[in-house]
This record gives sequence, structure tokens and C-alpha cells, in this order.
Amino acid sequence: MALFALRRLLLSIPLLVGITFISYVVISLAPGGPLDFLTPEDPNASPEVKERLIKEFGLDRPVHEQYWQWLKRAVRLDFGRSFLPDGRPVLTKIGERLPITLFLNLIEMAIIVGLAVPIGVLSATRQYSLYDKITTVFVFVGFATPDFWLALLLMILFGVQLGWLPISGLRSLNWEYLSFWQQQWDFFSHLVLPIVVATFGGLAGFSRYMRQSMLEVVRQDYVQTARAKGLSERVVISKHALRNALLPVITILALALPGLIGGSVIVESIFAIPGMGQLMVQSVFSRDYPVVMGNLVIVSTLTLVANLVADVTYGLVDPRIRFGGRRGRR
Amino acid sequence: MPSRRASVVALLAWAGGVLLTAACNGPIESRSDDGPAAGGPPAYGDTFIQASIGDIGGLIPSLTSDQSSHEVGSMIYDGLVKLDKDLNLAPAMAESWTYSRDCLELTFKLRRDVKWHDGRPFTADDVVFTYQAMINPKTPAPFKEGFLLVKDVEALDPYTVRVRYDKPYARAVETWGTYILPKHLLESFAAAGTLRESPQNSRPVGTGPYRFQEWKPGEKVVLVANPDYYEGRPYLGRVVYRVIPSQATIFLELKAQGVDYVSTLTGIQYARQTEYPAFRKAYHKYRYPASDYTFLGFNLRDPRFADRRVRQAFAHAINKQELIDGVRLGLARETSGPIRPETWAYTDDVVHFAYDPEKAKALLAEAGWKDRDGDGLVEDRDGKPFTLTIRTNQGNDERKKIAEIVQQRLKDVGIQADIQLIEWAAFIKEFVKPRRFEVIVLGLGTGTDPDQFVVWHSSQRGPDQMNRTGYANPEVDALLEAGRQSCVQKERVRYYHRIQEILAEDLPMIFLYNRDSLPVVASRIRGVSPAPAGLMHNFDKWFVPKTQQRYTSG
Repeated sequence: MALFALRRLLLSIPLLVGITFISYVVISLAPGGPLDFLTPEDPNASPEVKERLIKEFGLDRPVHEQYWQWLKRAVRLDFGRSFLPDGRPVLTKIGERLPITLFLNLIEMAIIVGLAVPIGVLSATRQYSLYDKITTVFVFVGFATPDFWLALLLMILFGVQLGWLPISGLRSLNWEYLSFWQQQWDFFSHLVLPIVVATFGGLAGFSRYMRQSMLEVVRQDYVQTARAKGLSERVVISKHALRNALLPVITILALALPGLIGGSVIVESIFAIPGMGQLMVQSVFSRDYPVVMGNLVIVSTLTLVANLVADVTYGLVDPRIRFGGRRGRR
Repeated sequence: MPSRRASVVALLAWAGGVLLTAACNGPIESRSDDGPAAGGPPAYGDTFIQASIGDIGGLIPSLTSDQSSHEVGSMIYDGLVKLDKDLNLAPAMAESWTYSRDCLELTFKLRRDVKWHDGRPFTADDVVFTYQAMINPKTPAPFKEGFLLVKDVEALDPYTVRVRYDKPYARAVETWGTYILPKHLLESFAAAGTLRESPQNSRPVGTGPYRFQEWKPGEKVVLVANPDYYEGRPYLGRVVYRVIPSQATIFLELKAQGVDYVSTLTGIQYARQTEYPAFRKAYHKYRYPASDYTFLGFNLRDPRFADRRVRQAFAHAINKQELIDGVRLGLARETSGPIRPETWAYTDDVVHFAYDPEKAKALLAEAGWKDRDGDGLVEDRDGKPFTLTIRTNQGNDERKKIAEIVQQRLKDVGIQADIQLIEWAAFIKEFVKPRRFEVIVLGLGTGTDPDQFVVWHSSQRGPDQMNRTGYANPEVDALLEAGRQSCVQKERVRYYHRIQEILAEDLPMIFLYNRDSLPVVASRIRGVSPAPAGLMHNFDKWFVPKTQQRYTSG
């Protein structure tokens, strides 16, 4: 098992280099460069500034050389400074946005899992019941509802009409003047709508996975056996079926890990939350290569790690894999 | 959108505007100036919350080209001169200036009572330093043209600065509206070419009416009133720029009274969605022309458009009022030239091409384009039909609609037009710069100074230059050169009137309209006085009567 993990870990290094190289080439190929955004379409802009910056950023060299320069610094965890006029280090820019995105996504993930598992299990054990049908409808509504639309409707209802919740942002402007508990309440009330919107879509998919997985498991012989032993339905489901049904769900959970860092562009933009999703999109739009690459490295590293974690945990929870050796995987 | 004072350098970024007696010409115009008497005497305090669609790029605005940075920057920094409410140059940190008789020497007398926010006195050395920093090739300032024409700058004494030019430069004074930077904090960074990395870029020290307090990237920028401001302490105690990247959210915040100011509503928001009593009670709406124009540009290298009669035919075929009504819900004004209305150089005394499809057809026929096979489209002598593609950038609904309406109107006169929408960066790089287009729809900013050498002079037709249509007219060239080399306004007026006459007739592009700026300000804020320069020109005199203050001022 340890050997397997180590091997996978080593293999992911060339993979990571490959990912960053392709990303670098792709972003460089995209029409327009950082300078098109720094030096505007303006009668009064000076052309020589552009040339100077092209040199300074090394954009006059061929792409593979640029990438090599970037890679040499990146292995020392130096991701450089943003091309934007603030010129701040990439890691600082990412660092100040990461906590809120991580925080929001962890809460969302917890809610999604906490709700999706019971929803899925119940609708699987009561397949084609009224409850199952209702949740199915609910789930497809969730799938089909665009985030931004739901967000706007909730903002109009709770923010404008009823005035119960703040519309956007993370904190009220008088936050510094509130008492400690008021501050917590203020922060919480700002998070309610974004979390509801982000959870709604995710819940739909996840509870479907759970239902599907459960349906497969309850048809297995060992579940029949458990029932035949005379165990109560509750024990059969929760002890024998659920454990096995959770296996594929763990994989999906692990693969959702990079998404925790990526953040949601739509939710963040519409609720004015300064998170990673916004940063990524803005840096792509302004062709801010260092920030784009910094972000990509983090997200792709996490994806690789998540894959690894998924494989390892799979082995841990499933004895067939643990004892089956390398060939038995997947 | 209108910045508080003349960031003369950032002409595009800056869209103050002209108020055409807004208080009485719109059916839904609210009272715009209650005067200090209404609601109580001026009082200090309260917080002014402004929504901003984008975060600032940095806090040394001379290094940035985005609008948000210049809006915030104009509160923190000051220039030697500023634009007054009528768009004329007025003293700011300089109390006066004089030209030598040959226009080559410009001497500024500085105010002695100006202090940096950290308490250090502002002197002539700061001005000289700002100039040196701007011309330093290591300084990545996007707007430095005006400074490159300077021969030298010298501090004659701590409160006198003399600037010399090789050739007279008409916009010399305007150049000095640039944000003056503190020498004592930036000298080493400027020399090393690392201004962007200096602390000043994240914790700026200026001389302006507001002091920097906090910047939370992606979230907000907070400024507090500068009690030592040389024009007197501003009334509004705190200014908060909230970054809200979604137009829809900004509008909802407005409806929920979460923001006090939005620089411009969309046409439909202005005309329909804000027309209910609660909104009219909470906000005042204003309307005045923004400082840009929207145009339909020809590629003059295309032999078809090299013929002026064809361009004039297009002008007759297009109904500008229809465009304004259809695209802007009437919230724009027809234009026939590139000069900002209500500035001293503007004239309306030019040829106007009224909507007249028959005249358009006649002009096309004269140029050899006739319907020879009866299919409703015009063809040239060889039977080749007149087809073209109108290109504009994706994501701009207004320009897309213009293209659609123009397409229909061209069809009426026998011209087959297709429309292509292209992502902005690709549009500029692949089509506009290499001039691989037939007809484009775009907008261009107008400054307060009429000098548009870079847009119209024949020397400016390179791929990275701004003469996008490829216009070349020796008379216009001569007038542009004369116009930018005189410091006598009376002479310049003549040149620019003539340029407008020629352009209106020559039509290198069809000038469609000036959009209206449609700002809203919370009605508890008093002292707002709309003028040709827009609203923000007297921001430091805005106030909220004590009884109506909503927030603490920090």
C-alpha cells in the first residue's frame, strides 16, 4: 500500500509539469496579452510603455523559454508578482482570498453531505414511493436552476422585499462598531444566501449519486442474507448496505476537493465575495499569467492529491482492494 | 463614473459630463440641488457608500488605466490644476500660472498651505520629482505623452516651478493636472523602477481631500476626510468604495438602499425600473452627456469606402434618432463630431446628414452602385453586389443592437450587411489593429481639450496607433499641428471649428451619439450641484444634515 502510494506520488510530478506546461502554452495562445489590458485603447496612452513592460515581463521571448523561466522559479515556490498595476506577489493575492473560499466551501460540503446521504438513502429504500418522486422532482429542479437566477430571486425576496438578510458582501460597513456576538451574527447573515444557493445545486447531484449507489447495493446477495438472518431493516440498511453504498461516494467527495479551492465564480461575483473564483476569472480576463499559473498549480496539485487520496482511502475502506494488491485496483 | 476632479491625464477613464439643464428637460428628473438650506445646515460626518464594478488596480493611479483606480486616486491625490464645474482649467495646488509670450515657458506658483497626509509640506520638489518619475523609462505609466514633450522642469524656489518646452504645446497646463506624488516616500522606488512594489501603491499618502484608510482587495476601499485639506475639511466623513462585480447586484443594493451612489444606471433602469415612489424618495437621478461618443467606423483602405460619396450615403441611410430610441431608450444625444459638447472648442455649425434613404441611394448610384439585376441589392459595374460585415465586440449589447439596426437600414438602400461579434481582445488584435475590417462599431472617449492629433493625423495610422480608420487629409493634418502648438485659445477655437466642419463632411466615421451618464445619489446627500463637468466636481462640499446621518464616520 505504501509502495503504491509512493509510486503514485512520484508519477504525479511529471504529470504536474505536463499540466503546467500545457496550461502555460494555452494561456499564451489566447488572443491578447497582459499588455493589451494594461495599456488601454486610448488616444493618450504611450506605446513605448508597452514595449518596456513586454521586456520587463519577459514576454518578448519564445513561449518555451518563458515557461522554463517560470518553472525554475516555481519549483522554489516563487510564483512571482502579478502583472497588474498593484504588482503584488501572487502568493499574497491567493493567500488573502483562499480562507473565505475554503471556509464557504467546507460548510457547503458539510451541508451537502449531511443532507444528501439521508435523502439518497431514503429515496433508494423507498424507491417509487411518493417521497422518492417528490425528491426526484426537487432534485431535477435543483439541477436545472441556474445559480445566478436563484441568487437574484432570493436577493430580491430576502434582501429587497423583506429586508431580512443583507444582499451582498461579507460584513456590514459598521462591523467594527458591533459587539462580538453581533459581529458573528452579521457575518453569518451575510453567508446565508450564498450558502443556500451554492448548496442547492450540489445537493441535487450528490443525493442522486447516493440514491443510485444505494439501489445497487440493496440488490446484492449479502443484503438479502442479512435480511434472511432476521436482522431488522434498520440494521440491514445502516450497517450492511450503507457502508458499501458509501464507497463510490467517497471517491466523488475526494474528487470534489479541488473545487473547494477553486470556488464558484458565479456565486462569488453575484454576492460580491472576494474569493478564489473571482480572482481566477479576473486574472484570466486580464491575462495576468503569474496569477493564472499560481492558481493552476494549486488547483492541479490538489486534483492530483485528491486522486491519490481517493485511491488510498478506497483501499482502506474496501478490503477487496487492500488485500487484492495492485492488480485488484479499480 | 465622473471622477471628483480633473485627472486630466486619464481622459478616457474619466467621464464627467455636461448637464443640459437636466433638472428640467426630462419628464422624470428629480430636483437636483436643494441647496444648503433644505434639511439643515452643512454638517460633518456620515459615510458615503459607492458601488464599484471592478476593484482598483493600484493606489498610484498614474500607473493604472482602470476607472476605479482613478476614481479613488482623485480623492487621495491632487494636481497643480483641476477642471472646474464648467470644464475650464482652474487652480488647485498651484494658485496661479503664467505663460511666457512665446508659449515655451510655463511658471506655476504653488500654494504654501498644502500638506501631505503624513504632515510633510508639499513643495516644488515634489512637482519636479513627479515629472522625473513620469518620464523615467522604468516607470510603467500608461499616460506619459504630455511629459515627454517637456524640455525641463525646475524648482525656482520651494513654491515656484518653471516648465520649459521645445515647441509650444497646447495641452501643457492640462498635463499638470496629473497626480503629484510624494518625493520623500517614493524617490528610491522611482529610481529603481519599482514604484509598483512600493508601500505607496498599497498605503498611499497624498494631498487630496481624503486620506487612505484601508484596502481589502476585492472587497472595499475606505477613505476618511482629511481635516487639514487646503480647501477646507470635506463634510462627508468617510467614503467607502464597495466592489460588487455584478451589475444586477449593484442595482439590488441600490433598491435596498445599501449604496448611496451609482455612477450610471442602464437606460432601462433609469427609464423604467427606478420609477416608483420609494426609489424617488430615496434617490435623486441625474442625466447629462458622458464624455464619449459611439461611432460607425469605415476602413478607408477599402476602395469602396475611400469614396466619400459612399460614406455620405451611409450617413443618409442611418437614422441616428432611431438608434438612440432603440438602443438607449432615448438617453443619448445625436452627434456629428468628436469634440465634447459644451467645451469651448465645440461647434454644432457643421453639415448634418439627415436620415434620407432616397438621397443615400442617389449618392450610391453616383458612386457607381446601382441595382442592375433587380434583386433589391446594389451592384458595381461588374455586377458585384455591395456586401460587407459589421464587426463589434462581444458582450456589449448596445453595440450589437446598433449593428442590427444599421444592418436593416443598409438593406433598405440595397446593401447587404452581415454582423460579426468578436471577443474584445481578439477583436482589437485580429481586426481593428491590422485594419482587417470593413465597418466597425466602437466608442471613443473625448477629453476636455480638443487636441485629437493621435486620432486623426495621417502620421498616426500604424497598427498600434489610434487613427483606426486610416484617415489622411492634409488640411486636417495642418490644423491639428497648428492646434496643438498654440497656447492661445482664441486661435485654437478657429482650428478646431474647421476640423469639425471637415470631419462632419468627410465622414471617416459616422458619429452616432453621445451617451448620457445616468448617476443616482442618495437624497439625504445635499450640496450636489450638476454642472457641465458632471456631479463630482464639488464632492468635498457635499454633506448630510445632522438629523439625517445614517452611519458613523469612523
